[in-house]
Amino acid sequence: MCLAIPARVVSIDKDDMATVALEGIRKPVSTALLEEVAVGDYVLVHVGYALHKLSEEEAERTLQLMAEAGVLAEELEDMAGEPAAGAGA
Amino acid sequence: MKYIKEFRDGKLAQKLALAIRQEADPGRRYHLMEFCGGHTHAIFRYGVQDLVPQNVEYVHGPGCPVCVLPVRRLDDAVELALKTNVILTTYGDMMRVPGTKQKSLIRAKAEGADIRMVYSTQDALRIARENPQRQVVFFAIGFETTTPPTAVAILQAKAEGLKNFSVFCNHVLTPPAIAHIVNAPAEPGEAPVKIDGFLGPSHVSSVIGCTPYEPAARDFRKPVVIAGFEPLDVMQSTLMLIRQINEGRHEVENQYTRVVTREGNRKAQKLVDEVLELRRTFEWRGLGYVADSALKIRETFAAFDAEERFALSPKESREVKSCECPAILRGVKKPTECKLFGTVCTPDNPMGACMVSSEGACAAYWSYGRNREAVAAAKGAAA
Ligand code: SF4
Repeated sequence: MCLAIPARVVSIDKDDMATVALEGIRKPVSTALLEEVAVGDYVLVHVGYALHKLSEEEAERTLQLMAEAGVLAEELEDMAGEPAAGAGA
Repeated sequence: MKYIKEFRDGKLAQKLALAIRQEADPGRRYHLMEFCGGHTHAIFRYGVQDLVPQNVEYVHGPGCPVCVLPVRRLDDAVELALKTNVILTTYGDMMRVPGTKQKSLIRAKAEGADIRMVYSTQDALRIARENPQRQVVFFAIGFETTTPPTAVAILQAKAEGLKNFSVFCNHVLTPPAIAHIVNAPAEPGEAPVKIDGFLGPSHVSSVIGCTPYEPAARDFRKPVVIAGFEPLDVMQSTLMLIRQINEGRHEVENQYTRVVTREGNRKAQKLVDEVLELRRTFEWRGLGYVADSALKIRETFAAFDAEERFALSPKESREVKSCECPAILRGVKKPTECKLFGTVCTPDNPMGACMVSSEGACAAYWSYGRNREAVAAAKGAAA
């Protein structure tokens, strides 16, 4: 539950929301916890909130490591709004 | 399993493993508690334990939000969902945790309770907006990482004048738990837990920063190294802890500098402080009642506090008999010492919280323990 996933900000929306993109998934996230955010920033997303800004390099390295560790698919599923396997039964 | 081999054969992992071997004093044992389930996961997945010498031992900590929620609070949520007409919203991890008499939220749902899994507190707010005639309760659990989103949702609900949204708040704090683990007397009949240092939380620290761990490190003379969740982070942090222990230091050091700063996320801290305040005491599975270890909703936001809005009855809550989760969360037992492990209790049919959550020690043992044994056997055969 404490995992966080890096994603790129593709638009700044109203009410402290932004849209992030990751592996073809677009998702609204809250940016209420960040001081400032701009299109193109990489952010660490945790339960639908951008927690922290990351450099692009760091974001990519983290994603690669998460993919290798097999946790990326799970997080993406959560993000896309489909229950993770086993949890929806 | 290719990535595991790649990681283990990688230059950096080898270099760190060598440095750890060289610097760990063979004349002593190093008991390092990794607080977070995320670390437990990485240690198992990548077989980090096998890359460090035998006298460096990882002790699994209580940093699994689902695992430490006491059964009483889960029973409260089940009651709320079953006995009132609310829509109970919760993070997916919570759904399958067995409560008293093995009643989980998923069972309550099967019995007709309206329980909905959400990814974010924003989804819970949306459900409240879409169902103005129904009360919507968000069952909030988690450490400091997960707390700011709850605070934001309450502030938003207030700003919007949402009258049908409230939060059942179960947020807990990491530093008091660390202090409790090293300071609490052992349970009767149990040996005291041995810990020489802590691998500190990753994303929790991105919110709270480094300073909240300083009193515990100083008072109990235990070094803390805030560690990232990747296996190389864990190894580097292990080396930093071994150095501190060898030199008799007990400082808070930060290995995860790419995300964690000394002061943390000030904005998130401010939002949390605006909405939530310390609870005098709170129960943790395994640790019992810990003073000042949790947060509750401030009086000014009482309208959004499910505990104020709904009368919950006192209950006789009970854990599944012979589930060793409590001792495992204290760091004094290993999952394999539970007689239900792998037989009666598996991820498909979990008897305790530590088997439900992927951050739980039992789930980590189940998923990777066998692989680890195979690696150890291969090593033995090659030697
Ligand atoms: S194996 Fe199952 S029953 Fe045993 S301690 Fe772990 S969760 Fe509890």
